[in-house]
Amino acid sequence: MAVEKIREITGAAVPVRGDDIDTDRIIPARFLKSITFEGLEQHLFEDDRLQSPGHPLSNPVYASARIMLVNANFGCGSSREHAPQAILRSGIRAVVGQSFSEIFSGNAVAIGLACPTASADALRDMMDAVEREPATTVSVDLASMTVTCGGTQYPLTLPSGARDALVNGSWDATGQLLENFNEVRAVAASLPYVSAAW
Amino acid sequence: MPSTLLKKVWDAHAVRTLPNGQTQLFVGLHLIHEVTTPQAFDMLRERGWKVAFPDRTIGTVDHIVPTRDQRRPFGDLMAEQMLSSLERNCQDYGIRLLDLSTGMQGIVHVIGPELGITQPGMTIACGDSHTSTHGAFGAIAFGIGTSQVRDVLASQCLAMDPLKVRRIVLGGRLQSGVYAKDVILEIIRRLGVKAGVGFAYEYAGDTFERMSMDERMTVCNMSIEGGARVGYVNPDQTTFDYIRGRPFAPQGDNFDRACAWWQSMASDPGASYDDEITIDAATIQPTVTWGINPGQSIAIDDRIPASADEEALEFMDFRRGQPLKGTRIDVAFVGSCTNGRLSDLREAARVVRGHRVAPHVKALAVPGSQSVRAAAEREGLDRVFTEAGFEWRGAGCSMCLAMNPDRLEGRQICASSSNRNFKGRQGSPTGRTLLMSPAMVAAAAVAGEVVDVREFASAEVGVGG
Repeated sequence: MAVEKIREITGAAVPVRGDDIDTDRIIPARFLKSITFEGLEQHLFEDDRLQSPGHPLSNPVYASARIMLVNANFGCGSSREHAPQAILRSGIRAVVGQSFSEIFSGNAVAIGLACPTASADALRDMMDAVEREPATTVSVDLASMTVTCGGTQYPLTLPSGARDALVNGSWDATGQLLENFNEVRAVAASLPYVSAAW
Repeated sequence: MPSTLLKKVWDAHAVRTLPNGQTQLFVGLHLIHEVTTPQAFDMLRERGWKVAFPDRTIGTVDHIVPTRDQRRPFGDLMAEQMLSSLERNCQDYGIRLLDLSTGMQGIVHVIGPELGITQPGMTIACGDSHTSTHGAFGAIAFGIGTSQVRDVLASQCLAMDPLKVRRIVLGGRLQSGVYAKDVILEIIRRLGVKAGVGFAYEYAGDTFERMSMDERMTVCNMSIEGGARVGYVNPDQTTFDYIRGRPFAPQGDNFDRACAWWQSMASDPGASYDDEITIDAATIQPTVTWGINPGQSIAIDDRIPASADEEALEFMDFRRGQPLKGTRIDVAFVGSCTNGRLSDLREAARVVRGHRVAPHVKALAVPGSQSVRAAAEREGLDRVFTEAGFEWRGAGCSMCLAMNPDRLEGRQICASSSNRNFKGRQGSPTGRTLLMSPAMVAAAAVAGEVVDVREFASAEVGVGG
């Protein structure tokens, strides 16, 4: 299946500070009761925003952001894909963080949301720069694995599988997994609990 | 060469290396529930794909199911629509659904093991992060998102990066009144909530070897709270004895042959690990969380540390140096995929027997499955709970995650046997959760405040471990 190749994301950025921001905060569970993902972006960080009126996602200066800057262990907790879906549907195309929970980053790749990591120092500098001047252009380049913010360039990291999937447009994995299906059948047949051949 | 269980199971299920270097991994068991699957089935329909191995997929309903009145249609129309959607999808694609009418319904991580569906050496995926629970059987089990649910439905495979293995060795006897829940809270407190990213946790040592399967499940369940998507215990005689005779288990001679295969998947002596840590079980105390992630906890006799995170303290309205003992609670919740099994209900009932829940406390006892509920009722545990003033409910996720009518209100504080104390987790955006063992929840319900179950008046305290 042909999917978009995601190589470079350029635009304004929104800083969301704090370690260990869990997916219950990104999208509270009560919004998971719909059988579609439509409209989830309206509830992105809803409870955090209600409790802190200064939340960056409530600040109109960040309304056009295409990149989100976060700290460590972003997206920990529940496996709900609703979290990266809500972020993607809000117009964000890349989340740059110090680290991500594994399930979150797997979900993000599967829907074409780039989540590369940068150093704590780089994130501090970029968050400061964007807070000083929200119009600062940030550019995430998955080809060169760098992020540029206000003229300064910082290195990015991303597991090679995820990077390759995004850059080559193979992040929607189902098609690949269905190729060579005879090999899948062979593995199934070799497993005694599948074949019931104990 | 000596190998870990993770590597053996991984190699047995690896289909091929994908062009991007990831492994195409065969998923031996796909468990599905109502919340994280409707969009996956929609994507399948849009693309005209079938379910590749409907026999390797089993569904149940747990998250949105009300626990008080389970008659259909549900009072909550969105919950009803979500359940109907799963029923239609399972019917259309030939998937077995263990719904409310079967007597086998319950939290997906409770019913898989108790029905013998979960077995050693399997790869198990489910759209739920607490899928790590099934690792208690020596399976490699992990949570996935909805697009990956689509991948598994369509191909029975996932594109995965390999995991490292951290061996967590626990030796010695647990003190009386210390439970598996305290063990995993202690592990997460020591290692932190992100130490497990990129790792599978192998729980080893004589303390784990002595644990029952229920206790091992409690530990593996919360691996993800330490950042580890996968946690497992090597299968042994305790594992095999548990599985024997369960409805989905291999029967007769097949069972003995299965045991041999299961045993062969266990980590070999001398296998090498990417990291290893050792903990003395005797040092672990009854543990309670004070913050907004499961790593923010203290022993019941301790005080909130000077290094405590400001945001967490502000949300919880606690101070540095404050003890948790004596904290007034509003709600007590015994249940969830972490601690909603029969042994958990027994321990909680043992504490409340002959007592009354404090007048200001709302207390819920929620069995993890219909089978757990029936077994508890055969032992009279329902009467112990209701006579003490607990509400005795139907099976479901209940107040763990607030997708059903069971939820906190306003700033309520809940003593909870569940797994997450995240902000807003139990349904009120400003509600507060204190995680602890079921016995500690029961003692708090009666005292009306956080207490040390070991000092709880006239309670016969069980022996963990």
